[in-house]
Amino acid sequence: MFTYIIKRVIGAFAMLIVISMVTFGIFYVVPQWAGASPEAMASRYVGRAATPETVHLVAERLGFNDPVIVQYGRFVKGLVAGAEYDYGAGVEQCPAPCFGYSFISGQPVWPDLLDRLPVTFSLAIGAAVLWVVGGVSVGVISALRRGSFFDRLSMGTALAGVSLPIFFTGMISLVVFSYALGWTPPGGAYTDFSVNPAQWAYSLLLPWITLAFLFAATYARLTRAGMLETMGEDYIRTARAKGLHEREVVVKHGLRAALTPILTLFGIDFGLLIGGAILTETTYTLPGLGQFAILAIRNQDMPQVMGVVLVAAMFVVVASLIVDLLYAVVDPRVRLS
Amino acid sequence: MRRKTALAGAATAALVLVLSACGGGGGTQQPADSSSGGAAQPAFNAGLNEVYNPSTKKGGTLKAAHSADWDSLDPGDTYYGYSFNFGRLYWRTLTMYKPGPGPEGNTVIPDLAEGLGEPSDGGKTWTYKLKSGLKFEDGTEITAKDVAYAVGRSWDKKTFPHGPSYLNELLDWPKDFKGVYEDPDADYSSAVEATDDSTVVFHLKEPFASMDYVVQMPMTAPVPKDKDTGAKYKEKVVSSGPYKFETNEIGKGFTLVRNDQWDPATDPNRPALPDRIEVQVNVNADDLDNQLIAGDIQLDIVGTGLQAAALGKVLPDPALKARTDNPTIPRLWYVSVIPDTPPLDNVECRKAVMWAADRVANQTAYGGELAGGEIATNVLPPPIVGQEKFDLYATPGNKGDVNKAKQALAACGQPNGFSTTMTYRSDRPREKALAEAMEQALAKVGIKLTLKGFPGSSYFSDYAGNVNYVKKNGIGLAAHGWGSDWPDGYGFMQAIVDSRTIRDAGNYNLSVKNDEVDKLIDQASAELDDAARAKLWVDVDKKVMEDASILPVVWAKSLLMRGKGLTNVAYNEGQSMFDYILLGVE
Repeated sequence: MFTYIIKRVIGAFAMLIVISMVTFGIFYVVPQWAGASPEAMASRYVGRAATPETVHLVAERLGFNDPVIVQYGRFVKGLVAGAEYDYGAGVEQCPAPCFGYSFISGQPVWPDLLDRLPVTFSLAIGAAVLWVVGGVSVGVISALRRGSFFDRLSMGTALAGVSLPIFFTGMISLVVFSYALGWTPPGGAYTDFSVNPAQWAYSLLLPWITLAFLFAATYARLTRAGMLETMGEDYIRTARAKGLHEREVVVKHGLRAALTPILTLFGIDFGLLIGGAILTETTYTLPGLGQFAILAIRNQDMPQVMGVVLVAAMFVVVASLIVDLLYAVVDPRVRLS
Repeated sequence: MRRKTALAGAATAALVLVLSACGGGGGTQQPADSSSGGAAQPAFNAGLNEVYNPSTKKGGTLKAAHSADWDSLDPGDTYYGYSFNFGRLYWRTLTMYKPGPGPEGNTVIPDLAEGLGEPSDGGKTWTYKLKSGLKFEDGTEITAKDVAYAVGRSWDKKTFPHGPSYLNELLDWPKDFKGVYEDPDADYSSAVEATDDSTVVFHLKEPFASMDYVVQMPMTAPVPKDKDTGAKYKEKVVSSGPYKFETNEIGKGFTLVRNDQWDPATDPNRPALPDRIEVQVNVNADDLDNQLIAGDIQLDIVGTGLQAAALGKVLPDPALKARTDNPTIPRLWYVSVIPDTPPLDNVECRKAVMWAADRVANQTAYGGELAGGEIATNVLPPPIVGQEKFDLYATPGNKGDVNKAKQALAACGQPNGFSTTMTYRSDRPREKALAEAMEQALAKVGIKLTLKGFPGSSYFSDYAGNVNYVKKNGIGLAAHGWGSDWPDGYGFMQAIVDSRTIRDAGNYNLSVKNDEVDKLIDQASAELDDAARAKLWVDVDKKVMEDASILPVVWAKSLLMRGKGLTNVAYNEGQSMFDYILLGVE
């Protein structure tokens, strides 16, 4: 088990390096292939009608005149050993892991990422509870009552959930529940858990439900399909023949086996969400990693993009590792090696 | 203290008189009780020429939101109209736009200074005298040295890349000047100096007439040298205005509270009505409009108007439309006709484009008259001081004239038309629609357009504003738009028609390369007589139109919504949006 974990961690680390190189290349190499000079790249980060001198100074300050490999090396060095930031009136030490400073705001990236992490965690955890409980329950009931009105209704709703984009359901729900009925707070009303837990839950209620609606649909359909397959297996018939209670047959023997693909999906979904629920956070103006990511991309703010990409990738990698470890717990047939 | 209170009362009374005077000329009813607001009847354009819902009531919290992030809260590093407007709540500059509605909003009046600038040496030296009793939020006195230092620090574009460069270019900086951070002991008195505690003197390289407009920009907001933290100053700006920062979370928002060291006796222009101003940034733009409509926020800080999604909801609803103002702003949407790309290097071919364009279709592409703007016939928009409307390429019903276009093509040696490429910003649906309208109209005379869309964030740096790219790829036409930095000819046109501003990349002047235009710009810039200067800028406008290197599309309009419960709402022409220093809440 220990060797397996070490191997996976090394593999994850290598993958993060590749991701960082690819992201770096997209931002620095591709524009150069298209003929962009260092000054042309720097002119994205100056005010309008900036003079050539200003653009040149900014290109120098951001290091665009250096070869790409030097720029990448500087980035990696910042991650490992930290870096220094000249803010004009002095020099600031940026401790490792230093993802650099925003090209736009001049703020250090890493503290900003950490600051936004609790918002994304809050959103992901609440929504995950709702979609797992809701989606799996509906899926199980639908499978057990196949062809019933409940089955048709729930699967129809699930199809709608999968089909409707979150920026649509999100905006509609805000207009109806926040602005017309006044039941939920408007967008951008996030309250930190440490400030007021009740207000925290209230402020996230609509984003949780909207996000869970999207994911629960997939989980309900997947659970239903898994349960239908599992409940037809010989060992289920054997369990019933042995006189086990139906609840025990369904939960212990049916659902447990059907859970394996759901667990895989959950790991990836949850990891992705922690990396940033971009559409949900943008729609509801939640200051989390998703909003951070979209703003960074929109502004072509390279240090911020690198930071959020690597953090998001790390969460996906960690989540998939945890899922793989849990396989052995959920399904006794799986052995890690 | 009593004197201060009495002076404050007098200042408030003066402001009420100003507001009342502003509100006297229009047709909208004024509230009977102007002390509290709330009695005004909403009406379309009620805030354009008078103050809507005037009030002197102090207190309450103004809630505002911004659909993106501030470039910087540092007065030396910001370059957005909303920031210049909003910043006056926590900074003061040598001059400012006259608060309130109507054409007078385009004029500058003293703010920190006792009077407007006194030019000497034929306009190469400008002197400003500061008022007495000015204080920073920590109680220290604001002196001329703080203003000169603020200008000196803003020179450093390595530290402050976002702010305007006007003073970098206009003032006579020492050749070896490296900025106040690299060389703290540098003497830059050849550019700006404090000759005593209350006198700031600017020394320019060349005579320049619009200095009073330039010094209303925030580069002249005083900065205390001992509190200056360079690029980090934006995190804790020291206030010289009626409000100071209580909190500031960059990328999320901030809160302003009253600055008890601000003396209203020195500032008759800011009523400072709300006790507190809460600002949230990076709010979803469509949701921001919904919040504004519902009353959850009262102010959209960006001030460029409602988004397309909200327009469809607001314009058909009389009650919602009555909460809006629809000003023509000093912004032109246009097409650059680029003379570097054959056969557009021939002025007759450029004129063929002018004649062939369907102006009505172009206006429709921009959203029509209310949401888009008025059909533009020349470069300077109507709100610019001294603007004259003329039309060198008038066509029946503004639909284009095929015959005249074909005559121009024949004169150009391209009787069967030609092919060229038109660029637009692909993340701007209106520019895409404009390009398609141009494609259809020009096809009628044989000019075949290939349309290419590019991301807005790199449009000027990598594509339409990149000289090499334009030449290599044969870009003939480019969708473009420009708003004024201040409402005179220089403030609007210099950046987009002066050929000497053109560099390798990041250009905003994409097409005007005419020596006669440059000469006229120099002449206009140095002319101290207001009327003569305005006339010269009209001459520049005419010369550009004769050159046919800009095809005007619309003089832009915005649809601004007055937030629920706002008092003292007035569209200010100088700011091109609501005047934020006047606002209060019921």
